[in-house]
Amino acid sequence: MAEISFRNVRKSYGELEVVHGVSAEVADGEFVVIVGPSGCGKSTLLRMVAGLETITGGEISIGDRVVNLLEPKDRDIAMVFQNYALYPHMSVYDNMAYGLRIRGLARSDIDARVRRAAEILELGGFLERKPRELSGGQRQRVAMGRAIVREPAAFLFDEPLSNLDAKLRVQMRAELQALHRRLGTTSLFVTHDQVEAMTLAHRMIVMNAGRAEQIGSPLDVYANPATTFVAGFIGSPPMNLIPSERGGRPVLLGVRPEHLEPCAESEAMMTVDIDLLEPLGSDTLVYGHLAGGRDGTRVAVRLHESVDARTGHLAVRYDPAKAHFFDPQGGQRIVS
Amino acid sequence: MVENRPWLTFLSHSVLMLGVLAVAFPLYVTFIASTHTLEAIMQAPMPLVPGDQLVENFTQVLTAGSTKGSKAAGATMLVNSLVMALAIPLGKITISVISAFAIVYFRFPLRMFFFWMIFVTLMLPVEVRIIPTFKVIADLGMLNTYAGLTVPLIASATATFLFRQFFMTVPDELAEAARVDGAGPLRFFWDVLLPLSKTTMAALFVIQFIYGWNQYLWPLLITTDESMYTTVIGIKRMIVGGDAANEWNLIMATAILAMLPPALVVMLMQKWFVKGLVETEK
Repeated sequence: MAEISFRNVRKSYGELEVVHGVSAEVADGEFVVIVGPSGCGKSTLLRMVAGLETITGGEISIGDRVVNLLEPKDRDIAMVFQNYALYPHMSVYDNMAYGLRIRGLARSDIDARVRRAAEILELGGFLERKPRELSGGQRQRVAMGRAIVREPAAFLFDEPLSNLDAKLRVQMRAELQALHRRLGTTSLFVTHDQVEAMTLAHRMIVMNAGRAEQIGSPLDVYANPATTFVAGFIGSPPMNLIPSERGGRPVLLGVRPEHLEPCAESEAMMTVDIDLLEPLGSDTLVYGHLAGGRDGTRVAVRLHESVDARTGHLAVRYDPAKAHFFDPQGGQRIVS
Repeated sequence: MVENRPWLTFLSHSVLMLGVLAVAFPLYVTFIASTHTLEAIMQAPMPLVPGDQLVENFTQVLTAGSTKGSKAAGATMLVNSLVMALAIPLGKITISVISAFAIVYFRFPLRMFFFWMIFVTLMLPVEVRIIPTFKVIADLGMLNTYAGLTVPLIASATATFLFRQFFMTVPDELAEAARVDGAGPLRFFWDVLLPLSKTTMAALFVIQFIYGWNQYLWPLLITTDESMYTTVIGIKRMIVGGDAANEWNLIMATAILAMLPPALVVMLMQKWFVKGLVETEK
């Protein structure tokens, strides 16, 4: 068990800097998700914690040790890879036991740990199988088992659910949460999937182009995005960003699709020309653009009732308390 | 695909059978010749059914060699061939797998230069460098030794290249997982890479065993002592002059002996061969 802290961490490949000084704290036992689009530096950040990438600048510490110059094996971490990285020629049992054998643990101790992990992950019946004889979900569990048996100070997950199909991903997400509740080990989890980030994280670090744009609990990030990037990245469909004016200054007005509600024409705050409807059963997504000269800004609305598409227009209003304002230049939130 | 064209089937089978005959007939003649006395096979036409001299001929060849030409015993020559045909693939595999490991998994100065140096030697077969190689081996006093027979043939760009290509297909995450698990480079090499390379090694072993067994020019040059002859050389050395002067029955028996081990290796290793092609354990 340990906390992880990043102090102004940088990474460059030659001239090219890909992580521009990230500072963050992960508390002991916390589950923190690093989320961002591909190429934002999130995996690089995780691999620097693991010791698979050198740290160009700043400091990373795990527990009370600065680990910048430590080998991966000395950092007391375990990592789960996107493609599982199981040893293909070893049985499930040996895959989990390998790291412990290298550490020179007693045979009985190894056996106890592996059997306990297998029991937690319901892999008991597969211990003698080879990875190729397992399904994707089972392989994923073996990869986690390999991490669990180490009893490390922290788990590092590098997009571990990306290779699974949609249904399995939902299931494994729930299992991951249950696992974390049971073990309470500090976890860093990298993903590009905002749903994974929202559902798994105690706190999330939203990254964009090598910077941490916002760090906070999922609901806080969702409710109060710090920048237009975060507003657009978290939430599906993303927050509507509408060029507007406030106190004589140009601003970007941000409203979540679910905060736009249909109303009578007379009290409409804006009118949407409907382009496309996506009925999802529980609710309907309306995609369109703003009518009335506001140069066709695209808008999405989430409706809880079905809508008559033949009208072609939708009059909507919103609660001003739920509106956000951003600086159109830097994209920073304007705190009112 | 369902195909029902009897004539096409007949035609294709005929062509195949003709092909088999063309390959098999000389082998058959070799075998027949090894079962007769010299007088019997010197008649024209030569008999085409097995004679009664099989045991006598093979015993003579294995224990004493021919009475004219080389007198090296077949058993000794088979042992020499076996040593050569085992040492070459084992040496090649050992050296290539290590050098490929270095080239793929380590960053060192002039890495690509060394890779290309190895690669370029692919273009230099033994025959091209045979005079300088002979000189080196002779000066080192390695004529008529097993070391002289095998060492110059062990360095192999082909095998290094093959292992390199294979290692490049092994996902990087495997090496990283091993690092996180605490395995150093040599541990990773021994515990992960080598087991994964098993099928590649088996394929290489078969190819190189036959390559080593069939070596002709090199052993012909550096062995002058009958006790160091390999089987293939032995056959050549048994042929001394005109047609009638040779004991063809014994020569043919030696030829059969020379053909058996490579055929055996291919048959026994075939399972591995196919496994290597069908299974992708990555």
